Parts: sequence; C-alpha cells; structure tokens
Amino acid sequence: MPKGLVTMAVALVAVSVFSVLARAQDVPRQPGAVYDMDRKGENPAPAPKRDLTGVWEPAQGPSAGVQATGAGAMPSDGKPEHELPFTPLGRETFLAHKPTFGVTQVPSALTNDPMPGCNPQGFPRVVLHNFRTSRIVQTPENVVILYEFNKKWRVIWTDGRRLPKNPTEPTWGDPDPPESRWWGYSVGKWVDDYTFVAESTGFDDRTWLDNAGRPHSDALHVMEQYHRPDRDHLEMTITVDDPKMYTKPWVAAKLRLRLQAPSFDIREMECAPIETEEYNKEFAEPAAGIDAK
Amino acid sequence: MENLRMRNRFMAFLVATLGLLMVSTPVSAHHGSAAFDAGKQVVMKGTVIRWVWANPHCFLSYDVKDETGNATHWVVETSNPPDMINRGWSKETFKPGDEVTVTVQPVKSGKPVGRLLQVVLPNGKTLRYASAFTGPGN
Repeated sequence: MPKGLVTMAVALVAVSVFSVLARAQDVPRQPGAVYDMDRKGENPAPAPKRDLTGVWEPAQGPSAGVQATGAGAMPSDGKPEHELPFTPLGRETFLAHKPTFGVTQVPSALTNDPMPGCNPQGFPRVVLHNFRTSRIVQTPENVVILYEFNKKWRVIWTDGRRLPKNPTEPTWGDPDPPESRWWGYSVGKWVDDYTFVAESTGFDDRTWLDNAGRPHSDALHVMEQYHRPDRDHLEMTITVDDPKMYTKPWVAAKLRLRLQAPSFDIREMECAPIETEEYNKEFAEPAAGIDAK
Repeated sequence: MENLRMRNRFMAFLVATLGLLMVSTPVSAHHGSAAFDAGKQVVMKGTVIRWVWANPHCFLSYDVKDETGNATHWVVETSNPPDMINRGWSKETFKPGDEVTVTVQPVKSGKPVGRLLQVVLPNGKTLRYASAFTGPGN
C-alpha cells in the first residue's frame, strides 16, 4: 500500500477511536444508576421467585426507554416493517392525529396531541413513550408501579378479580358498568415463578397509544409481560390489541430493565401547567411562526 | 493498476467508516423536530438573560449584539431537566450575564429561536445537547 494511504489509514483509525471514545463520554446516564455497560461479563445471581420488587431502570441507559418516535418496537419511521396493521378506522384516526414526532409530525404549537398541557398520557403511553426509572411494589393483593415520567402510578390487582367486563361484577366496588379510565383497569398473575403477566381494559379513548399519534379505542386491551431471567434484570413486553383500530395484536415494546440499589431515589419529573405555559409562549409558538398576541 | 484498486478499496472503506461515524443516536425529546431547519447550524456569541430549568423542556435566552450594537433576543431549547442532568447539565449551568458561544439549529420560521446543540461556557467548558444531524441525543 502506498505510504500516503498508510498514513491516511492510521489517521482514520485514530479519528475513529477518538470519535468512539468521545461518543462514549457523551452517552447519557443517570447519576448513581448502574447499567449493563458497567457490568460487562457479569454473572448475575438467580432471580427470586415471584418477585418484581425494586427500582428498575432501562438496562442499556436512560435513552432506551424514551420512545420519541413512537412505540419502541414499532416506531413511526416509514419503514415497511414498522407499518401497523391498521383497520380503515385506525388509519383514518391515525391520519387525523397531529403528533410532534414520527412520519406525520407537525411543529409542537400545531399539535393536537392530548397530552401537552399536563393532560394525562394514561396507560400504555407511559410505557410506550417515556419509560423511565420506575419502582415496583408488591403486596399480597396487587402489584403497584410508580413511574418517574410525570410522577404517575398504576395498580395491577392480583387478588383474583376479573377485568370489569361483567356489569354485575362487584369486585371493583361499583355494580354499574365501569366508567372508562385514563389508566384503565388492570389484573395480573404469575404464569411461572419468574413471569408475571397483566391485562388491562376499560380505557378512556381520548389518549394516544404513543408519542407518534397511534390511536386506540375503548376496545383497547393491553397485555404486559414481566419476565425476570436473573436477579438484576426484568424483560418487559407490551402487546396491544384493539380490534377497532388494528386487524391483529402487535408487540409495541420490548425493554430490558436493570435492578438498581434499594437506596436509589427516583427523581421528580412533574408536569406543571405554569411551566408548560411559559415554554409555549417563549419557545413553541415562535418556533411555529406564531406571533405573540 | 494494483494501486488504483487499492485506492478504490481504501476510498470505499473511508466512505463506509465516515458513514458509520455519522450513524444517528435516537431522538428522544417529546416535543418534536418538525419546526427545525434540519442540518443547519448557527454559531453565535451572546449574553445570557435567563436559563429556565423546567419541564417540558429547559430553555436558554440570550442577547446577541451586531456591529451597530443592536441586540437580537434568542430563545433556544434543550430537553427536560432529568435528561439534561444525565448529560452533565444543571440548574446552575448558566447565570444572567454569562458570555457564551452557542451553536444552534434554528427553526424554519425565521424567528430567533432554535434547538441548542452545543454551548461553550465562560470557563471554556463545552456542553453538548444534540447533533444537528441526529436531533436530541438523549
């Protein structure tokens, strides 16, 4: 190889190494958190049986749970393999939505996203948009998940009750047909010593499934699976079924989580209307070319 | 002939490597990218007016003076506080009056607003938020 090319090759390798190192230093990480990249070659202890308790963080880094362009397993990026199995109503509803990310994105001041302004994102959007550090608490009657994003929580009942399909089912404390909820109704059970599954229905159809404007109806049925392969990891899988909007169920997210120390304190991430209002006035409206009134 | 083949092979390697170096990291902010002029960057020196550390996104406002002394007031956004902490930023990163050099991806509307890509602080330290090619890095 000519001498000049050798010099160039050496320089290129040096630039590449430097770039990789620079990128590594730029990798976002939450102070105090432990990620898989910190424990290469580890041999985790076996998982405890029927136990999800603890603080869980996306194992590949905090960015892994942030799904700006839509549900992590099916982002709205125009790729054929990420085309959702829309029904005609589903496609029509999707196209009527104006998200701020994805193939149908608009400037944030022009969106009809139901979440800005601190409105409830509901479930499953909390896990299909911004799955951040979360604490799981288990009691004999339920599994409670405390989410960092907008400081929200859910209760998954494990006391044997059924989903409130039956109008005479009194378990939920109300003999009438259940009113729809932003966060739905959830029940769960262990299918083996290391796998917990939950089902949720009864959703308010004003929310979106994700940040890219994927729709759902009042027929939405969400399935969650939490598989604990070892002490330090939890594999979360979210499957969406909504026969009004989609012709078949689809896996919306698969996320590997890592257990954090018992002392790990989840930060506050609250949506405050007073802050949102200022952001819109100072930034979002000028960004969209909207003049101040 | 052999040299030419080697050179072509090397150029292919060079192009492929540079391509890999530009591979994007996923965007993450929950407010979108549609307003921004993708790929465009503006570098300017300014005086900090406010650093608003708040949800949904933190933003920096600063004045940039032209040769005649007229100031343009810029507002540039970053991401939410937790994501900025993850990247080494804090509520104390700026104080009013700081002289900073800011690299911005401006918006298409022509208003003096944009997305903050990088800033050089008065002490010479550089903080990055996003690449113009890839959007927010967290």
